[in-house]
Amino acid sequence: MGTALEIKDLFVEVDKKEILKGLSLNIEHGELAAIMGPNGAGKSTLASVLAGKEGYNVTKGSIKFLGKDLLKMSTEDRAAAGVFLAFQYPVEIPGVATSTFVRTALNAQKRNRGEAELDAMEFLKLAREKAKELKMSEEFFQRAVNVGFSGGEKKRAEVFQMSMLDPTLAILDETDSGLDIDALKIVAEGVNRLRDDKLSGIVITHYQRLLDYLQPDTIHILAEGRIIKTGDKSLALLLEEKGYQGIVEAN
Amino acid sequence: MAASTETINAVEKATKDYKYGFVTEIETEFAPKGLSEDIVKFISKKNDEPSWLLEWRLEAYRKWLKMKKDEPKWANIHFPEIDFQDAYYYAAPKSDEDKPKSLDEIDPEILSTYNKLGIPIKEQEMLAGIAGSGNVAVDAVFDSVSVATTFKSKLSELGIIFCPISEAVKNHPDLVKKYLGSVVPQTDNFYSALNSAVYSDGSFVYIPEGVKCPMDLSTYFRINAAETGQFERTLIVADKGSYVSYLEGCTAPMRDENQLHAAVVELVALDDAEIKYSTVQNWYPGDENGKGGIYNFVTKRGACRGDNSKISWTQVETGSAITWKYPSVLLQGDNSIGEFYSVAISNKKQQADTGTKMVHIGKNTKSTIISKGISAGYGQQTYRGLVRMQAGADNATNFSQCDSLLIGKNCGGHTVPYIDSRNPTAEVAHEATTSKISDEQLFYVQQRGLNPEEAVALIVNGFAKEVLKKLPMEFAVEAQKLLGVSLEGSVG
Repeated sequence: MGTALEIKDLFVEVDKKEILKGLSLNIEHGELAAIMGPNGAGKSTLASVLAGKEGYNVTKGSIKFLGKDLLKMSTEDRAAAGVFLAFQYPVEIPGVATSTFVRTALNAQKRNRGEAELDAMEFLKLAREKAKELKMSEEFFQRAVNVGFSGGEKKRAEVFQMSMLDPTLAILDETDSGLDIDALKIVAEGVNRLRDDKLSGIVITHYQRLLDYLQPDTIHILAEGRIIKTGDKSLALLLEEKGYQGIVEAN
Repeated sequence: MAASTETINAVEKATKDYKYGFVTEIETEFAPKGLSEDIVKFISKKNDEPSWLLEWRLEAYRKWLKMKKDEPKWANIHFPEIDFQDAYYYAAPKSDEDKPKSLDEIDPEILSTYNKLGIPIKEQEMLAGIAGSGNVAVDAVFDSVSVATTFKSKLSELGIIFCPISEAVKNHPDLVKKYLGSVVPQTDNFYSALNSAVYSDGSFVYIPEGVKCPMDLSTYFRINAAETGQFERTLIVADKGSYVSYLEGCTAPMRDENQLHAAVVELVALDDAEIKYSTVQNWYPGDENGKGGIYNFVTKRGACRGDNSKISWTQVETGSAITWKYPSVLLQGDNSIGEFYSVAISNKKQQADTGTKMVHIGKNTKSTIISKGISAGYGQQTYRGLVRMQAGADNATNFSQCDSLLIGKNCGGHTVPYIDSRNPTAEVAHEATTSKISDEQLFYVQQRGLNPEEAVALIVNGFAKEVLKKLPMEFAVEAQKLLGVSLEGSVG
C-alpha cells in the first residue's frame, strides 16, 4: 500500500465562486474510494480539478499524485502519468473513429513517457482483447467517438478507453447516471476487472446502487465543498436511511 | 487509421515556420518587368510557338485590356489593387535555356529543391521498373517552365501523352488547338483572360480511348523567383471510356510581397470517361500580420462532354494569402456526374472565397458538393457555390453539404449558395452547418493524453474526413499533416 493521491486543504473557485472549501482526501494504492454527496457539493469540480480542466482556479491547498505536484502538470502530462477521467457526459468527436482516437491517445501517452509506441497490428490485438473482456462488439472501433452512441454505449466506451489506457488513478464521474440496471452491471463488471493493487479509483455517485456492484473500500461524503464524513460500506447504508441532510446536520 | 497519428507526428516535427519557404539559388532568366504585347510575343517566342497560338494569346491580351476596369469585386476578399506592370510575367531557370533532353541535364539545384519538397523526380524514374504500380508520374513546373516529366516513356507505350503544354503544342498541335480554351474561354473572367495571354507553361494530358491510366499523374508547381507571377495552364483530355487520376501540389518561398498565381485548368471527359483531379495547395500564406503570401486566383473547370462521363474535383486548400477559386463541372452529357470535395483552411489573416459551380445541362445528371471550411486566427472563409439546372436537365439531382468549423473568436465562416433551377423535375438539396471546437471537446481529448495542438489536429481531421478519404493515399497523408501544421498556434 502507500498513498497514491494526497489532497490537502483544497480551495477551488469557478467563475469567482468558491466551490471547494478546504477539501482533504487521501487515497492509497489499490484503494477504491466512493465520493457521495448532494447536488452542487463540488463532486464534479473535484474530478475536473484532478484531471486539469481549465477555468478551475485553485486558490489554496495542494494535490500530490505519486509524489508529484499534480497542479503543476498539464492536462496531457497528468494523463500520461496515469490520471484517467471517465466523463459524466462523454464528448462526441465527429469523423474520428474510436480506435483511431484511442490509438492516438495511447501512443501520445507512451511518447510522453518515453516508451515505444504500438504499431497498428499491436494496437488492434490489444483492442480486441479488451473489447472481448468487456463483451463489446468490435463494430464500435470504426464508429466515430461517442457519435450516435446510446447512454449505455457511451459509458461502456469510457470503460473500454480506460482499460486500453491502463491508468493508475481512475476517476469515474457519475458513470452510473443514465444507465439502466443491465448497463450498470456491465460497466461495474468492467471496472471491477481492472481493479488491482496498482489502480486507485475515485467513484463519484449519487446512489448506493453502483456501490452494490463496485464494493468500494472507503466512502466519503462531500458536502459544502469538503469531505464531512469518511467511513466504510455502512456509511452508504446510513446515507440511504438518513439522507444527506441528516448527515450534514449531524456533522 | 494511422492518419491522425501521422498528423500528430507532423505537427510535432514541423517548426512554426512555413516549411517550404526556402529560396533556391539559381540563375533565372526574366522577361522585362511589366505587361505589353511585346511581353506576350516574348513568351510565345520563348516557347517557340506556332503563329496561331501567338494570335490566340494576343487576342486574349487585347480582351483583357478591355476587361481591366471590370476586375472582379464580388468575392468576399480584400486586397490592395494589383499593379500588373510591376511584376515579371516570365521567369525561367537559366540553365533551362537549352531545354534538357533528360533528367540528367536538369540543374541539380532544381532537383534538390524538388527533393526538399518530397518529390524525388530522379529516384522515381530510376525506381520505375521495380516499384511498379505505386508510382506517380510527375511534371514539375518551376516558376514558368516545366523542368521534368517522369515516366514519359512508360506512359507513351499506352498512348498516354503527359508532357509540358509547350511541348504538346509542338508535337500534338491538333489536340491542343481543338481543346485549348474550349472549357474556359479566354474571356471567361479577368484572370482567365490574363492567363490566356501570358501563360508560360503547364501540363498537358491526353488519355486515349479505353485506356485506364495505370498511375496517378502529378504536377508540382513551385514559385521560386521574386516578384514573379505564375500563370500555368493545364489541359487534360480523357477520351471515350478512359480514366485518369491527376494530382497537383504547390509551394512557394516566403516573401514579403504578394505574388500572383493565376492558373487555368481545363478538363474534358468524353463518353464514359472519368477524370479525378486532386489538389493540395500550400502556397505561402503570408505571416501573422498578413504580410506577403500568394494571391491564388485560379479558374478550374471540367466539361463532362460525353454521356456517362464523370469529373471529380478534390481540393485541400491550406495555403495562399488569398484563395479565389471555384473548380466547376459542366454536365453536358446525359447521366454525367460532377463532384466537388473541398477542405479549406484560413488561419492567421488568410482569406478564402472558394466553392464550385455545377451546371446541369444533360438529362439524369448528378452532382455532389461536400465543402468543409475551417477558420482560425483572423481567417475569413466563404463558401460560394452555384447549382444550375438548365431547362433540358430532366431528373437531374444535386446534393450539397457545406460545413464550417470555427476555432477562436476572431475568424469568420460564410456560406453563399446560389441555386438556379429551370427544370421542375430536377432536385436540389442543400445542407449547411457551422460548429466550433468546444472547450469540452478539447478537454476530453487532452484528458486522454494529447497536447492542445494534437487535439485540434485530431478534431479537424475528423471534421474533414469525408473529403480527405477521397484523396489518393499519398496525398491524403500529406494533406492530414498540412491540416495540423496550418492550424499551429490557433489554440493556446
